[in-house]
Amino acid sequence: MPKFPGTPVDNRELKRGKIFTASYAPRLRYRWDTGEAIGRYLEELKRGRLIARRCDGCRRVLIPPRMFCERCFRPTNEWVYVKDTGRVLTFSLCYVTWNVRRLRQPLIPAVIEINGASPGMGILHLVSKVLPKRVRVGMPVRAVWRAAPQRRGSITDILYWRPDTGQEQK
Amino acid sequence: MAKRRVAVIGAGMTRFMHRALETPKELAWHAAHAALTSSQLKLKQIDCVVLGTAPDAFDGVHMKSEYLADGCGGWGKPFLRCYVGGGTGVYAVAQAYFQVASGIFDTALVVCEEKMSSCQPHPQAAFLTIFDPITEQPLKPNLLWIFALEQTRYMETYGITIEEIARVAVKNKRNALNHPAAQLSAELTVEDVLASEIMAWPVHRLMVSPTSDGAAAIVIAAEEVARRVSDKPIWIQGIGWSLDSAYWTNRDLAYPEYVEKAAWMAYQMAGVKEPRKEIHIAEPYDPFAYKELHHLEGLQLAPKGEAPRLLADGVFERDGDLPVTPSGGLLGVGNPIAAAGMMKICELFWQMRGEAGKRQLPGKPERGVAQAWGDLMQVGTVVVMGTEKPD
Repeated sequence: MPKFPGTPVDNRELKRGKIFTASYAPRLRYRWDTGEAIGRYLEELKRGRLIARRCDGCRRVLIPPRMFCERCFRPTNEWVYVKDTGRVLTFSLCYVTWNVRRLRQPLIPAVIEINGASPGMGILHLVSKVLPKRVRVGMPVRAVWRAAPQRRGSITDILYWRPDTGQEQK
Repeated sequence: MAKRRVAVIGAGMTRFMHRALETPKELAWHAAHAALTSSQLKLKQIDCVVLGTAPDAFDGVHMKSEYLADGCGGWGKPFLRCYVGGGTGVYAVAQAYFQVASGIFDTALVVCEEKMSSCQPHPQAAFLTIFDPITEQPLKPNLLWIFALEQTRYMETYGITIEEIARVAVKNKRNALNHPAAQLSAELTVEDVLASEIMAWPVHRLMVSPTSDGAAAIVIAAEEVARRVSDKPIWIQGIGWSLDSAYWTNRDLAYPEYVEKAAWMAYQMAGVKEPRKEIHIAEPYDPFAYKELHHLEGLQLAPKGEAPRLLADGVFERDGDLPVTPSGGLLGVGNPIAAAGMMKICELFWQMRGEAGKRQLPGKPERGVAQAWGDLMQVGTVVVMGTEKPD
């Protein structure tokens, strides 16, 4: 037996049917309960607002909101509305979809630090309406909402975040 | 009850391949058999079996530990599977260490296996469900996002250039040229790496490890057994692991604090006070080029933000002061998730035994560290191994 056993297979051999395989496409569906904290978060998104929770232990304003503080390990204390503006903490220009299809125009995923939440408190979302090469860390951005009748209580009720020239630079 | 001393006495692995003809079970068997042969023990002399393997979703086989158990030599024995995402390959060693150090068992076989190619059209799709189902999945994220977001933050915080990151891919793929099990070894330049397709800026294709099929395994034993059966036991001097919050968008991604915590846990156990001086080889987790640098900083082997400069100065080359990823790493040898971390443990074993063939480092390394990482950028697992018996 070779010291490093293993037999590489060429995809072309597979396609020619020279190697036997079996396949299966699972059809599973899930319905996730959103819970106390995220349930309210989604309800407020439907209304066009962002909401966070404050922890009186560490005094952080937490977004996404949670009913317990993972750091203090105690219940959080209060609902706090935060702004629908923020700054880009980090971003990427992504030319590949989740199922690895290529994109000509990149998606711009970003972590957006939310104004009114504690420093460094960001959420994952998308930036748009900006030339990809103009995106910068620290760039002020503002949420662009779906029209009220089309909102359904989802993170995608915010369509994307666009540059917000009204905000002063930090 | 005092901890017992534990040593690695055998190691083995399969080739790492884009797609293997072998089933997961057959891959596990090949690695387990090679590790047993290397240890000169028979399966009947193994007291317990530990398996590390990643999500069932890759294989489409539910409870794949049970499916894999016979390939791992696990039938009729105490058998467990552990899983902490990409951190699994190194964590599995810690899990097996508990079994033997505690005095419950004298020997353990540790097998890590992954077959990613079964998932069609690409295993990437199986990663969608690692994101928060309500606040993140509707945005249709992919795994490249989190790496690209972290790399941007790392580069921005410390003023690191893309050329500095690309050097990691050049070094590791070159080191892999001498690894007979390697999937993606190559002689490349920084320019080649930067000319490769941009997947998710700032990540280029040649900065990303491949998806792979493969398995790797070791045998560990308590001191009494190790002394009897092995002339060159490699001691497990320290283990450490730590998990950060899953609220990854609330953390500063520039520095992996959880790796630092895991590293100090392992160093303290190993009696290492100055890692820069006392560690001779490092095998940090390198699924993406920047991750090696990021992890070297978390492992306290470079000051924050300075790993790129040390790399450019040649410190991490095979003939440098601190050879890093002499195996060729995930970028060069391949990345069958759990097996990739275990491959790093195997590399430390072979290097310190003087059995690394063409990859053998000069200067008889006596202590090494291996590290793996995973989940949503949140778990660090660390093992320190050496030729000297721990206190």
